[in-house]
This record gives sequence, structure tokens and C-alpha cells, in this order.
Amino acid sequence: MTISRETAINVTLALILLAMPFLALQLGKPFYVTLATRMAILGLAAVGLNLALGLGGLVSFGHAAFFGVGGYAAGILASHAFAGQPLNLGLFALPGTNQMLVVWSVAVLAGGLLAAAIGVISLRTSGVYFIMITLAFAQMTYYFAISWPAYGGEDGLSITIRNVVPGINTLIPINYFLVCYALLLTALLIFALIRGSRFGAALQASRQNKLRVASIGIAPFRIGLVAFIISGMITALSGALYADLNRFVSPSMLSWHMSGELIIIVVLGGVGRLWGPVAGAMLFVVFEFVLGGLTERWQFFLGLALLAVVLFARGGLVGFLAGRMRHG
Amino acid sequence: MARTAQDNGIDHVIDVGTAGGHTPSEYWKWSFSQALDSEDGVLNHRPHGDPITKTFRPGWQSRGDSFIVKVPEGPDNDTDNNGSNTMKKLIAASLVALSLGVSGLASAEPIKVGMITTLSGGGAGLGIDVRDGFMLALKKAGNSEIEVVIEDDGQKPELAVQIADKMIQSDQVDILTGIIWSNLAMAVVPSAVAQGKFYLSPNAGPSALAGAQCHENYFNVAWQNDNLHEAMGQYANQDYKKTFIMAPNYPAGTDALTGFKRFYKGELAGEIYTQVGQTDYAAEIAQIRASGADSVFFFLPGGMGIAFMKQYAQSDVGIPIMGPGFSLSQDILAAVGDAALGVKNSSQWNKDIDNEANKAFVAAFQAEYGRLPSLYASQGYDTANLILSAAAKASVKDADAFRAALKEADFESVRGDFEFGNNNHPIQTIYVREVIKDNGGLTNKIIGTAFEKHQDAYAADCGMK
Amino acid sequence: MQTALFIEQVLNGLQLGVMLFLMAAGLTLIFGVMGLINLAHGSLYMVGAFACATVAAATGSFWLGLAASLAAAAAAGAIIEILVIRRLYERDHLDQVLATFALILIFSEGTRWLFGSFPLYLDIPPLLRGTVPIPGGSRYQLYRLAIIGVGVAVAVGLFLLISKTRLGMRIRAGESDREMIGALGVDIRTLYTVVFALGAALAGLAGALVGALQSVQVGMGEPVLILAFVVIVIGGIGSIKGALVGALLVGLVDTMGRFLLPQLFGLLMNPSQAGLVGGALASMLIYIVMAVILWVRPQGLFAARG
Repeated sequence: MTISRETAINVTLALILLAMPFLALQLGKPFYVTLATRMAILGLAAVGLNLALGLGGLVSFGHAAFFGVGGYAAGILASHAFAGQPLNLGLFALPGTNQMLVVWSVAVLAGGLLAAAIGVISLRTSGVYFIMITLAFAQMTYYFAISWPAYGGEDGLSITIRNVVPGINTLIPINYFLVCYALLLTALLIFALIRGSRFGAALQASRQNKLRVASIGIAPFRIGLVAFIISGMITALSGALYADLNRFVSPSMLSWHMSGELIIIVVLGGVGRLWGPVAGAMLFVVFEFVLGGLTERWQFFLGLALLAVVLFARGGLVGFLAGRMRHG
Repeated sequence: MARTAQDNGIDHVIDVGTAGGHTPSEYWKWSFSQALDSEDGVLNHRPHGDPITKTFRPGWQSRGDSFIVKVPEGPDNDTDNNGSNTMKKLIAASLVALSLGVSGLASAEPIKVGMITTLSGGGAGLGIDVRDGFMLALKKAGNSEIEVVIEDDGQKPELAVQIADKMIQSDQVDILTGIIWSNLAMAVVPSAVAQGKFYLSPNAGPSALAGAQCHENYFNVAWQNDNLHEAMGQYANQDYKKTFIMAPNYPAGTDALTGFKRFYKGELAGEIYTQVGQTDYAAEIAQIRASGADSVFFFLPGGMGIAFMKQYAQSDVGIPIMGPGFSLSQDILAAVGDAALGVKNSSQWNKDIDNEANKAFVAAFQAEYGRLPSLYASQGYDTANLILSAAAKASVKDADAFRAALKEADFESVRGDFEFGNNNHPIQTIYVREVIKDNGGLTNKIIGTAFEKHQDAYAADCGMK
Repeated sequence: MQTALFIEQVLNGLQLGVMLFLMAAGLTLIFGVMGLINLAHGSLYMVGAFACATVAAATGSFWLGLAASLAAAAAAGAIIEILVIRRLYERDHLDQVLATFALILIFSEGTRWLFGSFPLYLDIPPLLRGTVPIPGGSRYQLYRLAIIGVGVAVAVGLFLLISKTRLGMRIRAGESDREMIGALGVDIRTLYTVVFALGAALAGLAGALVGALQSVQVGMGEPVLILAFVVIVIGGIGSIKGALVGALLVGLVDTMGRFLLPQLFGLLMNPSQAGLVGGALASMLIYIVMAVILWVRPQGLFAARG
């Protein structure tokens, strides 16, 4: 088979996103580097959601919980590093750190644990129940963060100095963009590997017909749970990156609007498509930025545009450009 | 940190002391050479990195922006090769001088102000009032030297950070202002001032920024968050012995009750923290009724306060209530209705404060927008006048001089006397007001003074003199 | 005095539950008949409150406002059903969530466009002002008792509508077999529009009733919407009975949690600390209850359909 249309689109998207910050610097518009970084990070978060939603058919309306937990992992560790006090976890104490590699590991671990806890209960349900129970769990973490005074409550937590990666000066925007971009590519690779694996096949099969999967001896619950945990881990990682981009974490990262926005990003780009979430994130950020600059009523037009996509442009941007999915 | 200004008459370049004028392609190389040098000491103490990106300014003559024509020269630089510029400068400068009643040499460097405020969602009313007050002051001053870029933060911290980055990097503003909420201020202010920008707060005053994290470029033109609550605590000592206090369960709420308790000497009949965004207070009202309190102090901003006051009045509890001015400001009184009548509240401003500036402000605001101004509008108005007063004395490109000019607070505040303390927060009189009916509508009237020349409790923690 | 306070808090819990029931009934009815998940239900609640406040301010009569809120919410519901919702019945839940999320954005910003950013005024009607004595010696707000009354009336009305009328028969038929009643010659498109408008009117009624207690402002529907979803998920989606039980459960648990938890923690720590910790736990309590119920019964208490 020659290169499919979707592959061509994917390569183009990858190049556009990569070229954008460099072009911005050439033109003397450094702000667009930040914008491109935001696209890469939200894209990464949506890749995580796409794993659960696109492959597993698990419509999680609570992914903000993982996003926020990743963000808080970065914020809390950085604040302890800054204050020079270890983080007391009861059984053992964890020293604060400003090393991104450590922060990422903790964020991924925390996201995975939370996803396991939420998944074990939520995956007993399906359909609308699943949507609503994931939403409820995210709300629970949201209220917890708001009323937990140790880390700023609703005021959030500032990261005074962006965390560091050995050998790279992350304070320079283009470097930080490249770090995020590399992680995005890694996550996409993981997504592609999972999709092509036996596990991925079982996951997609369980989306289409749980009974049939169960009848050939595969437990859909366990497959769904593993997918949900990996999904939560990826989204938590993006949350840590997002916190470092903004130098700030707050409960609004956990709000149900955030969960909604992540779903919007996945759907805008194309559910289940490899690069769909990235396309969606690029579109969403551009939309927010351009419309936000034009009119304070931008949410009205965002709503209209979203409605148009759902009603008339199923398959999202990638679907629109690449045509129907080969298997679906 | 950011010092400026080398102005050769062709190009404006601001730098932070590490690099001179870079063309875009030079910048590009620079950022890469810096990138290799990751342990650079200069970068490390500058939290948000990339000193060049944040401060690099391309030659304005090539930008084709409308503000080019408005660029006159600063006092330290008389190279003016454009006749019409001079003319405009003269007119503008004389307008500033006239409007402020300042005589002498007024220097008018164009100032670009970035206003990040809440213009959509449930909290939009506050942002709109601040914006309208601010723009009114500029309009009254007839000032065309100040260009204002306004963007809506939707009350979301991340969006506020993004807009701040854009305003600093892309719009190259000199001054940021406009944020309504403490959590958004905490997200934006520390990084903005660390990049050498000025931030003038027209509303939020979180305690951290007044104390340990105070900064020479951060000026609060409203109040430190605790101030109005402290005033109510002080005032409550006159009449009450057993007060029931309540606030939402978030930092501004705990700060509010801490502020009240700092000055209140009586006994507490109860202390409750309600849910953020809660709209039904029946359970709390029942507890108040049963508590045997002789008064109630509440801090519930926006819709929460409206809901509480209506339900409280409807329940015939009969125990007097009091709150900070936010919960009884002009923008929500109409929605509360008669339930607010007689409620005492504290504020640093009211429309009946007797001075010329205030009379002119209230009349002009009503004429311009067809509604009574709120305390938020007065704060926006004072913020703009503070900028105008500083601009009349110093160029914004000369950060030290401009900072000193701001600190003098040499403007006609609508609240009367106004001065900055060591931490750049106001030292001001705080009044007690009562809600009354006036010409059929509800409004506030000053009935007493809680504090004269009151300074916040965190000033001592601030390292500045 | 403690008994009186306790009785008052139970009444408060019931009243909150009844208000949630008005929201949840429409939501669960729409899901039961059409299989549609409607996030924009909170916007219809807001439409009801704004219509009531506007008409009451113009005419001086709360009762006219109440009628207007029913009409406006039903009309708004019918319009969005015909323009948008109709195209979503055959779609999966993901598309429904997204499209109705988009409707929230449009409604919120549109309302602000029309009515401005400042909250509107709406007060309870003079007839229902004041308080009445309750057992234990305390007094209770008459208006809140009236809300409980309205909730009971709506619950009975819905029961009669569904079990005794021709429309109810069709609704029940539509729940069990969509194709069949179409084949029997029932105009299913009109039926769906009517059911949607009915659900919308209930939300509008709730908005107007609550608007008199709270602040009529943009975004007022969102916190209630999430609570209403918790209610129908606990009760079993599609079941009116489940919605009633779930609503009362959530109302009581939430109110009693806010009331009792800080007191409970007060035994262990100082009052200020107890207020903070108890308040924090109280705000999460209903979600914890929901998680426990779904752990035991993944389809809710009274599952109508999966």
C-alpha cells in the first residue's frame, strides 16, 4: 500500500506544529512559541483521552481529574523543593524536587493510581452511567482541591521557577516546546503501538461488542481498566507539563469545563485517529486565541462552531480531510 | 531588572541588562547559544525564563501599528525629527497637565496598558465596572497617549496567564492591570513583575503579595484582601458581643474571617465555611437562628451573597447582619432588593464621599454609562488616574523614575486621601456604610469610620522600605 | 432547641431534594423516552429564571412571571429540539454530550448578550412571605414549604400523566419500543418534541421558583445540573421514581452533611479547623454516596433501562 491520505495528513500536522514556533521566532513573534507549546500539551492530554475514548469507547467526562493531579504533582513537588521541606506522605517522606524527570514519574504514577481507583468503580457501569460517574469523581477531586488549604485551595499554587531537565534549559520557550513535542511524539508512538497490538485489538473489539469479547475468553473489564489507567497516566503527564508552562496550578484544571474541553479537542480532531487529538488541540487553541481577540462573546461562537462540527462534520478535522476510517 | 531605554530615535529596544538590541535573527541565534548554557546564573533567578523573549521589542517603525504616530519622545531624549509628532505631544501633554492640574514639565511617553479582566461568565459584572471606570478616567483626561489592550480572562487562571504572556511578549505592554480575582492575580502578578512590567491591581489584594512576596513593581490601588473585613471586625466591637461569622471555604474566605477576628474582641457564636458557589443557605440560616448570636458577619461574594441575603431576609431571623462592601456594592444591590436595606458594610469608597474628584467621577460615570458606579468602578478609575499622574512626571521607559512617580500617588483619588505604604499597598480610611433607599433605588450611605489611615497586617513581612 | 434545629434541617433537606427533583424529572424523562443525555438542561433552568424575573419586574406579578417561565422554557426547549436535538437521537452519547455542551455555551453567552452581566432581581410573592411555626418551637419559611408542595404536586401529576393519559401511554410505549409505536401510526416526531418541551418546562419552573430564593444570573444552571445528574444516576436513569428517591436522598445527605459534619469534627479539633475540614468533606459527600451506591448497584437504585 502506498502512503495513505491520513498518513500524509499526519506528517503535515507534525511538521506544521514543529515549524510554528521556529517561524514565530523568525518573525519576531515569540508569543506564538507559548501558543504552540500549549497546543502540544493539550494535544498530549487529548492523546491520553483518545486512548480511552477513541479505542475503548469509554466516554470519560472526568479526565480533568488526571490532568489536574499531574499538575498538582508538579506544583506540590516544586513548592516543597523551593521551601526545602520534604513532602510527608505518612509512611515515608518524599523530598521535593525541581527535576522534571522525577516530577513526570510522580505525575504519571499518581495519575495511574487515581485512574485505577476511579476505573475500578466506574467500569462496572457503562453508557451514560459511565459518563456521569467519571464526572462525579472529577468533581470530588475538584472540591477537594478547592478546600485543601495546604496547597493554596482555590487560589492555586505558583511554581516560582520552572522545573528543569538535565542538559536542557527549559526556561527558554523553544526548548520547553521541544521537550513537550518530544513527549507528544512518544505518547503518539505508544498509542500507535497499543492500537496495533493484540491488546489494542481486544480493546477496540470490546468497544464494539462486549459480549462477543467476553465469549472468546477475554475479560472486557480488565482490558478497559488497563486502557483507562494508561489513558490517565498520559493525561497526568500532560497536566505536569501544563503546570510548568503556566508556572501555576489551580483547581480549575480539575473543573468539569476542562473535561469538556478535552472531549471537544478529541472530537474536533477526530475520535480514534492517531493525530486527531493533536489536530483538535491546534484547532481549539487557534479558535480560542483568534476569537478571544476578536470578541468577548467568543464562547457563543465557539458553541456554534462546535455544534456545526458535531452535526455536520463527523469524524473531526482529520476525518474531514482523510475521509472514512479504514476500520471502524 | 528591566531597565530601559536606549532610544536612538529609530528603534525602541528594551533590555534586561543582559542583551542589547537584537534583530529577530540575532535573537534566534542568541536563544540557542543560551540554550546550551543551561546553568546560566542570570536565568536561574528569573523564574519565567527567556529574558530576551519577554523583553525583546522589534523596531516599532516597522510594525505599522497605529501607535507609531502617537510616539513622542521622552524627557531624556529630544531627538525628534517629526514635526507632527511634536505637535501631538504638545497637545497631549497639555491635556494631561490640564486634567491633572499639574503644572511644570509634563513628559508624555506613550504607554501601553494591558488590561486582563473578567468580561464573560458569572463574574463579568465586576470586570465590566473596573474597565468602565478605567476607560472613563482616560476619556475625561482626554489622553491619547495611553493605549489600552483589553482581554477577557473568563475568570480562568490559565487563560489569564496566557493573555499575560501574549500582552508582554506580543503586544509589548508597559503596564498590566485589570485582574479581579485573587487566584488569577496570584497566577499572573509574580511572573509579570519579575519580567520588569508594572502591575497595578484594581481589585484583588492577596496577602502573599502584600507580605513576603511583595514587589517594587506591584502596586495595589484597591485594598489588601483583609482590609474591609478588619474594618467590620473593628466596627462590630461597638455594638456586638456575640457574632456568628461565615465565609466560603477557600483562601479568600478564610482570610476574610481571619481579618474579622483580628480586630473583633467579642465572642464568636459560630464559624462556618460554606461551599464555593453554594446557592442555598437554609441550613446555615437555621444554625444562625439557633446559635443565640447577636449579629452575623458574612463574606459571600457575587451570587452567593445575593442568595444568602434574600434567604436570610425571607427567614425572619431578625439578627442584624453585616459584611464587607463587596457583598453590598452597587452592582448587586438591585438584585438583592429590599433584603439589603439597613445592612452595614465596610468600604474604602462610597459615592457620597465629599470631594471634588468623587463628585465629578460619580456624575461622569452616570452620564456615560447610565448607572451608578460601584466600588469596583471607583477602583478602576483611581487606577487609571494613578497611571496618568505618574505618566505626567516620568517616562514609563525609565522604570525607576516611573516607579517613584507611582509611589508618590500624586493623584486626586475619589476616596480622598490616598498613599502607598512600604509594600505598595494603600494606607487609607475605611468607612462603614449602610444600605438605604434613595429616589426609589437602593444605595449606600456612609454612617461612620472604622479606621483612619489603615495599613494592612502584612506590611511588616515585606522587605521593601 | 437541638430538636427544633434538627427538624428544620430535615425540612431544608427535603426542600433541596424537591428542587432537585424538578430538574431531575425532566432530565430523566427525556433520557427514558428518547435516550438522550441533555447537558443543556441547566440552561433551560436559567431561561426559566430570567423569564420569570423579567416578566415579574415588568408587570409586578410573580405569578405572571411563573407562567412566563413555563412558557419560555417550554418554547426554548421545543426550538432546540427541532433545530438541534432531533438530529442527535440516533447518535451515540458522545455526540449528545458535545452538542448539548455547545448549547450551554450558546445559551450562557446569548443570555448575557440579551440581559447584560448584572444579576436580576426576583423576590418571592407577597402571598408566600413570612414564616410559620414548626414542631420544636422554631419557625420555617412559608415559601420553602410551598416549594415542597409544588414538588409533591409535580410528582403526583407526572405519575398520573404517565399512568392515566393518552400521552403517558405513548410515552411508556416509546420507552419500551420506539419502532413499534411509529409503526402504529403515532407521530413520533411530535411526541418527542412534546416530551422535550415538558422536561424543559419543569426545568424552567424550578429555575423560576429557585430564582426567587437565589440570584438570577448567567451560569446559575451549572451547579444544579451536576447535582441533577448525580440524582438521576443514583436513582437509575430513566426512572421518575428513581429521580424522586435520588433527589430526596441527595438533598438530605447534602444538607445534613453540611450541618452535622463540622459538629462531628468539632469533637476532635477546634471549631475553626472543624469548620474547614467538615466543610471540605461535606462538599464531597454526595459524590462519595454516589460512588458507593454505584459500586453496589451499577445501574442505580431503580434502573429503567441500561
